[in-house]
Amino acid sequence: MAHNLYLSEVLADRIRAHGGETYPHECCGGLLGMDGEIAREVRGLFPLVNRREDSPRNRFSITPEDFRNAERAARAAGLDLIGWYHSHPDHPALPSEYDREHAWPWYSYIIVSIAQGEAQAMVSWRLSDNRVRFEPETITMGMKPNEKVAPRENR
Amino acid sequence: MAVKVLIPTPLRQFAGKSDTIELEARTVGEALGGLTSKFGELRKHLYTDDGRIRSFVNVYLNDEDIRYLEKEKTPTKDGDTITIVPSIAGGMIL
Repeated sequence: MAHNLYLSEVLADRIRAHGGETYPHECCGGLLGMDGEIAREVRGLFPLVNRREDSPRNRFSITPEDFRNAERAARAAGLDLIGWYHSHPDHPALPSEYDREHAWPWYSYIIVSIAQGEAQAMVSWRLSDNRVRFEPETITMGMKPNEKVAPRENR
Repeated sequence: MAVKVLIPTPLRQFAGKSDTIELEARTVGEALGGLTSKFGELRKHLYTDDGRIRSFVNVYLNDEDIRYLEKEKTPTKDGDTITIVPSIAGGMIL
């Protein structure tokens, strides 16, 4: 199934900037937005501190408390927590086996590659429902056209 | 004893699109067992192949992490709420 994620240039730049700020460590944060039948859209970010203090260059960790804070922020803004972003310092923006093992279905996982402190490629992935693989999610830069917004039934 | 299990957004698609499931259970383990019996597809997301709760799945009984109680053997009482809260982790291969 093809997945599609709308992301404004402003928010994309904020993810890139976060990755640059924390370089050579991984950055991480929540994606706040709306999920629809055809596509989903990121409307805001919830930057978080990488809690993985023992290995922040190649790992990130978001605690249940941070998770709950991100969820509250989404709810307060009338949005859903639709996914997560993190950076790969000096490494391609490809999901690793470690990413897959720890991923949840449904969420969008944006990865930005940071080379020598400079942002490179940005990609998004979703875990397949059977947990076997990541499926690529096309990032469309810009706002989602209003006519395509279709609220989820179970929100 | 009826307990409520709150389902996080990413798993609702495997639980009939519900955000809350009510079950009869005497322990947290029974409640989660009942949940995965009713919705088989949830199992692989909550448990490892050898039947342990995945490390990034956090289970709370009325806001108390069951790791600090009696884990899956933690007794439940009528009206309790069990919440499944994800930890998020990842990173590149090095």
